[in-house]
Amino acid sequence: MLNHIYLDHAATAPVHADVIETMAVVMKEQFGNPSSIHSFGRSARSIVDESRSKIAKSIGARTEEIIFTSGGTESDNLAILGVAKSYQKNGNHIITTMIEHHAVLHACKSLEKEGFEVTYLPVDEYGQISVEDFKKALRDETILVTIMFGNNEVGAVQPIKEIARLLEDHQAKFHTDAVQAFGLMDLNVTELGVDLLSVSAHKINGPKGIGFLYVKQNTALTPLSFGGEQERKRRAGTENVASIAGFAKAVEIASIDRAEKVEQFTELKKLLIKSLQSRDITFSVNGLLENSLPHVLNLSFPGTDVESMLVNLDMEGVAVSSGSACTAGSIDPSHVLVAMFGQESERVRNSIRFSFGLYNTKGQVERSAEVTAKIVNRLTR
Amino acid sequence: MIGKKKGFSDMIYFDNSATTKPYPEVVDSFVKVSNDFFGNPSSIHRLGVEAESLLAQARKQMSELLQVNPSEVYFTSGGTESNNLAIKGTALMYRNRGKHIITSAVEHASVREAYQQLKELGFRITVIPVDAEGRVSVTEIEDAICHDTILVSIMHVNNEVGTIQPIEEIGNMIKGYSKILFHVDFVQGIGKVALNIQKHHIDLCSISAHKFHGLKGTGVLVVREGVQISPLFSGGNQEWKLRSGTENVAGAVSMAKALRLTLQRYETKLRQISEIQGYLLKELKLLEDVVIHTPNSGRAPHIINFSVKGFRGEVFVHALEEKGLIVSTTSACSSKKKAVSHTILAMNVSKDVAESAIRLSLSYENTLEEANKAISIIKTTVTELREVMH
Ligand SMILES: Cc1ncc(COP(=O)(O)O)c(C=O)c1O
Ligand SMILES: Cc1ncc(COP(=O)(O)O)c(C=O)c1O
Repeated sequence: MLNHIYLDHAATAPVHADVIETMAVVMKEQFGNPSSIHSFGRSARSIVDESRSKIAKSIGARTEEIIFTSGGTESDNLAILGVAKSYQKNGNHIITTMIEHHAVLHACKSLEKEGFEVTYLPVDEYGQISVEDFKKALRDETILVTIMFGNNEVGAVQPIKEIARLLEDHQAKFHTDAVQAFGLMDLNVTELGVDLLSVSAHKINGPKGIGFLYVKQNTALTPLSFGGEQERKRRAGTENVASIAGFAKAVEIASIDRAEKVEQFTELKKLLIKSLQSRDITFSVNGLLENSLPHVLNLSFPGTDVESMLVNLDMEGVAVSSGSACTAGSIDPSHVLVAMFGQESERVRNSIRFSFGLYNTKGQVERSAEVTAKIVNRLTR
Repeated sequence: MIGKKKGFSDMIYFDNSATTKPYPEVVDSFVKVSNDFFGNPSSIHRLGVEAESLLAQARKQMSELLQVNPSEVYFTSGGTESNNLAIKGTALMYRNRGKHIITSAVEHASVREAYQQLKELGFRITVIPVDAEGRVSVTEIEDAICHDTILVSIMHVNNEVGTIQPIEEIGNMIKGYSKILFHVDFVQGIGKVALNIQKHHIDLCSISAHKFHGLKGTGVLVVREGVQISPLFSGGNQEWKLRSGTENVAGAVSMAKALRLTLQRYETKLRQISEIQGYLLKELKLLEDVVIHTPNSGRAPHIINFSVKGFRGEVFVHALEEKGLIVSTTSACSSKKKAVSHTILAMNVSKDVAESAIRLSLSYENTLEEANKAISIIKTTVTELREVMH
């Protein structure tokens, strides 16, 4: 893909060559069913065990606190539906935010239909929730709080530790969707004080279709699906051994030079802004530069519209997005930008997301700025 | 491998109902798609569009191989998810219409366990018993139908003994009840025993790729046009809102490849696998104190289940492995908890004999030579174990 510049890592990231290699070896040589008692089974089991232990270490969890799932969406749903069903005897109130990923929002909506009450916390124009709002929303009968660590569209990082502290003496379980944060931010579950945390492999150069949910010990969790006794009876189904191995490899790769990567992406962000500024383009940043995920930058270009921007950038070989990739096909106005600026704001219709990853270079970012400027000029002329 | 231990490649792998080895072409497809087409199918830029078109192609291939429409193929994370989605999805969608479900006594754990939760929600489950061959009776199913029955779920090929259920007859019978959905767990039958989803009036049909040399963590639920069920989980609305989550494109492409290769072998190697099974059954019957659980007729060509009286299944399995033959006790999912095969118990076999049951399961890759060797390993092992016991 010559000359193609991929700046959509928050949608999905290229699979690392070492991850593919690891997986291919497992597929060919350790193809047993981990539940089988013979050597083929035991050899597959050992892959799952080692991978689980590596992944647990990466967030300071115990091995048995990691449940493998089919991805971020399943992890979010398992956390939310699983906790709600297990603790509904203690109350029916849930707190979340207006800017969660749809995996969280739709899970909450489905609980509303079953009689749960959900408070959706608003955010300010920077995409930040207010701790005061949270305190006001918290009730005795709140059983679950689910607030994302870093937002996938604008990068806003929420005060997770502070909220965890407020919940120390409260019955509510605290879940955070760390799908975008994992791999770049420092995530230690004990320091954070969360009870559940979701991660997806394909956002960190791992394979699609595998993720995990951290569940603090002694947290009850009703499964989504039933069957064999895999994953300590919390997630039935033959383990996806090769993907689990690939996931562990991706986690290992992500942990190498993590600080440098954060710095590198932050630099790229600044470079993109600077390059656009030097071209006399009118634009503004949606969200803050500080307190945000290093790889996500959401920009509003007044006078343009998102669809033409994306199409034109794509024709020039620059892959970016309107925000969430998941609103399959259609470009609906982003619920995150609506929460930040209101339905009527221009920004809801003229913003695009750049998100950086492993192989991006300064040259690519400068070239993207040049192309973007050209298109903006053409569209606003 | 060190010392006397045999390497994997010297072993005879007769546990293909637990899982199969991915075909080299399947691994190659996975590698190629992961390398070259990593985009998110929901993205509207070129990489996304390429990924989406690969996914659509895989869906089309799957639909042709399964003889259904592309829009009826829903990708899932495997057989367990497909079964849960079919059963819970139907129950939650139609709970206002009715709360009665009919199933058999020999279903896989992913079907059986799904009912436990539904019972708590007030559903009634009628479990149809099986005869000595492990087969349900169509009349008994029809007799069990109530005014509020919403689902009949019967597996196609049993994973423990290989009995084929009368799916065609059941489908024809259910056709007369327009408000009842018919779900079939086709996980063990696919590629080995033909099933016409459309002709047999099957509304929901589960498959899992790792049972036909595809990759673990990939499967399909076929949902016939016009049938509506609720999702197990929600999010980005992929798979027509029934199954959210970024699609495993490389996995889906690999599954289509695996199914195509498997069905090619079905055309060319079905006779060979049946001959191997026939040979194994014939030889096993000659052993002293042996009970064969696999039925004489109406069985899949790849499963052979038998007991040698007096030997505990696990002991036998380990002893065979020492000599290079890989088999299993019951289904892999329950082999850990050392449970007795519930299928064999349901066939009215005594607990003693059921505890001795072991399963050989073949793939098209196995040969008659391997079967010869396996028989001689089994014979020697039986003799040796008898000596130890005496
Ligand atoms: C914040 C967030 N949560 C959840 C998900 C869903 O993860 P997956 O695509 O693995 O289902 C995504 C990505 O799509 C995400 O960005
Ligand atoms: C009959 C049957 N149904 C369902 C399953 C579950 O499939 P999976 O292992 O893909 O979850 C299996 C195998 O484990 C099976 O043999």
